[in-house]
Amino acid sequence: MSLDDLYQELILEHARYPHHRGTLADPTVTLDAQNPTCGDEIHLQLKLSGDERKIEDIAFSGHGCSISQASASMMTDLVLGLSVKEALEKVQAFQDMMRTGEPREGLGDAVALAGVSRFPVRIKCALLAWMALKEALEETGAM
Amino acid sequence: MTFSAKRWREDFPILRPSAKGRWVYLDSAATTQKPEAVLRAVDDYYRRYNANVHRGVYRIAAEATERYEEARQRVARFIGGDPRGLIFTRNTSEAINLVAYAWGLDNLKEGDAILVTAAEHHSNLVPWQLVAKRTGARLRVIPLDEEGHLDLSQLPELLEGVKMVALGHASNVLGTVNPVEEVIRAAHEKGALVLLDAAQSVPRMPVDVKALDCDFLAFSGHKMLAPMGIGVLWGKPEILEKMAPFLGGGEMIGRVEWEGSTWREIPWKFEAGTPNVGGAIGLLAAVDYLEKVGMAAIARREEELGQLMARRLRELPGVVVYGPRGQRTGIVAFNVEGVHPHDVSQILDEEGVAIRAGHHCCQPLHRLLQAGSSCRASVYLYNDEEDVDRLVAAVQKVREVFRVPG
Repeated sequence: MSLDDLYQELILEHARYPHHRGTLADPTVTLDAQNPTCGDEIHLQLKLSGDERKIEDIAFSGHGCSISQASASMMTDLVLGLSVKEALEKVQAFQDMMRTGEPREGLGDAVALAGVSRFPVRIKCALLAWMALKEALEETGAM
Repeated sequence: MTFSAKRWREDFPILRPSAKGRWVYLDSAATTQKPEAVLRAVDDYYRRYNANVHRGVYRIAAEATERYEEARQRVARFIGGDPRGLIFTRNTSEAINLVAYAWGLDNLKEGDAILVTAAEHHSNLVPWQLVAKRTGARLRVIPLDEEGHLDLSQLPELLEGVKMVALGHASNVLGTVNPVEEVIRAAHEKGALVLLDAAQSVPRMPVDVKALDCDFLAFSGHKMLAPMGIGVLWGKPEILEKMAPFLGGGEMIGRVEWEGSTWREIPWKFEAGTPNVGGAIGLLAAVDYLEKVGMAAIARREEELGQLMARRLRELPGVVVYGPRGQRTGIVAFNVEGVHPHDVSQILDEEGVAIRAGHHCCQPLHRLLQAGSSCRASVYLYNDEEDVDRLVAAVQKVREVFRVPG
């Protein structure tokens, strides 16, 4: 187990220059999630297509460690343009990867976070954005 | 005689170097490590004379009771207080909750105020919020100046209508020691009581409740070499006597009838159920150990290392150190610009240096510092200058990994 797994260049790059960071003018759903043990916060916004089946736009803001920021950035890249059902499958796949430590296919850059599973206290950092997304999608009631 | 951290360190099995070298523990403000003397005292109790206290008449029950009550006497003497006012609790939080509920519910009403400071730990804030909600009393806050010292310029006005001042003695983030004597005097002139959250002061400096004239003092054993699960509330006996019990149950009763019950005398009135006897015996051994080292020597040493740590960290470009530039304890909170405290402490861990990252149970204070969270390094009697070197070198490594400019 080495720190290089945790702080790969790809992860540091996403943390330094996160994608889809900001706010949406006209979000369908907005969700705030916190990690009470460290105080990290994410403010996630989704714009869903008219029939509420597709993620047309996504943005996040808030503050957190490099792992939580990189994870949010990678997640937004991955789920943009997906249907609600597909996005929820990605969340499940990411959760599985955090649990088992086995890299999963179809997670885009987020597969680089597989190594986080070996740092148990950091798993919740990586999961913060994904749990917020799951809750936001469930909140839309468009299952 | 010079203070030899190296010598004390030998008494702490967990701090012994491993094959990978010596690791550096800089999180004693969260909990301290335990010396052999404490581990042995607890072990001896469970191996040799484990029995419930104040009940059995057989030999080891008598011995357990005697040692438990000796712990009360010894810890009371350590803080210069009447042992009748010394109540064993689980920790500082429980001690403060005891006062908030057992005193607060009967003595606070609508229009009354409770005065806290802007630097309070959640454990000296949330219990008062809960009781304020139940009684209609309001919470008022003593502000801080730029360096984190209490701003007492408005104290007389702030004290108007105040029934209880709940005040941290030494900050668990800023490294400040509050001028509590001044606040206590002013509060008493207005007829208010004062509770000191001494979780960070009793472990690291001489504290004398008689000299301070505080009404209540709360602290935790695990932050002063004792096991977790044993804490102390000390209160003035005349105030405790007038208070209703906090928790009901075994041990705290006089006579129990269907219609109601009477209570034992203090302090036992406030110790419902089987207490943490092993913890109290561990605390007794911890206090013996601390007095052998000397509380005045510990305080001097802390101040030296705290100053050194703050200065060395401030010298690093891109590092912000919170709290005063002058006198301080060995607790230093800081941030590395552009790097989250979690990432800092992860890199430090790899370098064999353990610090705390987060809001340290002080969310309102961190909002004031305009930081969501911070890194905190805190020393104790087993740390030395070499540990500060290791910390500084590891923080430099953080700056390399995250390419902090400068």
